[in-house]
Amino acid sequence: MSKVKINRIKDTIFEYVGIGSTLIGLVVLAIFIGNILVEGLGRIDLDFLMSLPSRKPERAGILTAWTGTAWILGLTALIGIPLGVSAGVYLEEYGKKTRLTSIIEVNIANLAGVPSIIYGLLGLEIFVRVLNFGGSLLAGAFTLALLILPIIIVSTREALKAVPDSLRQASYGMGATKWQTTWYQVLPAASGGIMTGIILALSRAIGETAPVIVIGALAYVPFVAQTPMDEFTVLPIQIFNWVSRPQHAFITNAAAGIIILLFLTFVMNGIAVYLRNKWQKKINW
Amino acid sequence: MKQIEAKNVNAYYGDNHVLKNINMDIMPNSVTAFIGPSGCGKSTFLRMFNRMNDYIEGFRKEGEILIDGIEIYHKNVKVEELRQKVGMVFQTPNPFPKSVYENVVYGLKVQGVKNKKILSEVVERSLTQAALWEEVKDSLNKSALSLSGGQQQRLCIARALAVEPGIILMDEPAASLDPISTAKIEELITGLKKNYTIIIVTHNMQQATRVSDKTAFFYVGELIEYEQTAKLFSKPVNAKTENYISGRFG
Repeated sequence: MSKVKINRIKDTIFEYVGIGSTLIGLVVLAIFIGNILVEGLGRIDLDFLMSLPSRKPERAGILTAWTGTAWILGLTALIGIPLGVSAGVYLEEYGKKTRLTSIIEVNIANLAGVPSIIYGLLGLEIFVRVLNFGGSLLAGAFTLALLILPIIIVSTREALKAVPDSLRQASYGMGATKWQTTWYQVLPAASGGIMTGIILALSRAIGETAPVIVIGALAYVPFVAQTPMDEFTVLPIQIFNWVSRPQHAFITNAAAGIIILLFLTFVMNGIAVYLRNKWQKKINW
Repeated sequence: MKQIEAKNVNAYYGDNHVLKNINMDIMPNSVTAFIGPSGCGKSTFLRMFNRMNDYIEGFRKEGEILIDGIEIYHKNVKVEELRQKVGMVFQTPNPFPKSVYENVVYGLKVQGVKNKKILSEVVERSLTQAALWEEVKDSLNKSALSLSGGQQQRLCIARALAVEPGIILMDEPAASLDPISTAKIEELITGLKKNYTIIIVTHNMQQATRVSDKTAFFYVGELIEYEQTAKLFSKPVNAKTENYISGRFG
């Protein structure tokens, strides 16, 4: 066989291996989602969304879980966004490139890889015990904000890096200060990228289970949280709780809960993708 | 009365000595052209007048630059105020990705001017001075990025004019433009001379002869010759200048 022919065969083999690898992931995901939909879709109705948890599967709903998730989402955003974006702006625009900042940089990248249970333990010690927040929404939100902080910082920095320097020079050239340049020009130009990072980070936060369990979120919360100091539960915990019940009807409930959670995450990721595309078109000047 | 006075200016990027003992006086309401091969230090020198080199890591200078008699690197000089007096137009048009209107008022906005009437007047005046008003007066709210390259550059000039700077630095303002746009920019420069002092860096020697009163030739960090433009191009004193302007190197 000629060399060319052998190379061609290798080429074809790799093509099929590639297609195969891609399909394995997609097929498994499709089967999983299909399975969940068949199991749970019929269970979703207004009652399911508006009912409190119950020992009877047919009366149980996810009202406390999704309101808890909504609270967590809002509070985490409130805490995480200003901290993350400010830190990103500082490191990228203000921080001098010294040894210290490069150490900080490496550590932030590492923090993004720390297992979430560790954040849970940290939150348990600092927010639940030392600051005495108890197993409240506030403790959960602070813990999750810490968890997503590195993601927001890193994506903020990436977005700022993509802003061409000519824009900063134009602003400085007009007599603007560093803050004016950052606020009026650089941040708006980077906003699409920053928003994308924030949304992806938040969608990770609402899917997290381990850290909120550790800080003491409860599986059974028979009321809707009214203040940030209330105890709470979130969708993943509710799902986890239902899955571990022996009655099959609870499994159906869990599937329905998963559909709601997946829907939320997909919507958020969809918004992130949309913003990113729109922003990429805009930034090519 | 001299408007700009450079005394024994040296500049370094790290260990790299990029400007060597430059002395130069620039008169008000004149156009001065800086010419010389790439890397000769002309842009570095230009950017010293509004301290845009401050952001470059490792940049260091010696000597003095006086504008209207004030040493601009003195610690009491606020760099923001300096840049309101010494405007700049860059090589590649760099309008803000905002509306035409927002671009022109930016310099006033950072100074805290909020009066809508004043801002509109400034927009019309600056765009008229930059010969752009007729083309954009109906689309002030359109994105500046939708303008052509030549229009964008005139918008950048209008943006610089809006704060009535006195001195305008132009770093190869026509380098990325077509000949027609270039001609418009040159015409503009000649017109602006009445009210402004202009310093222009250019690689195009015809452009230097067309727009400038005096020309400075830089070579490897040294100011080789600084003369009336007509004289420098017709009877250069230094052999290096002659070689450069006759196209033998550079």
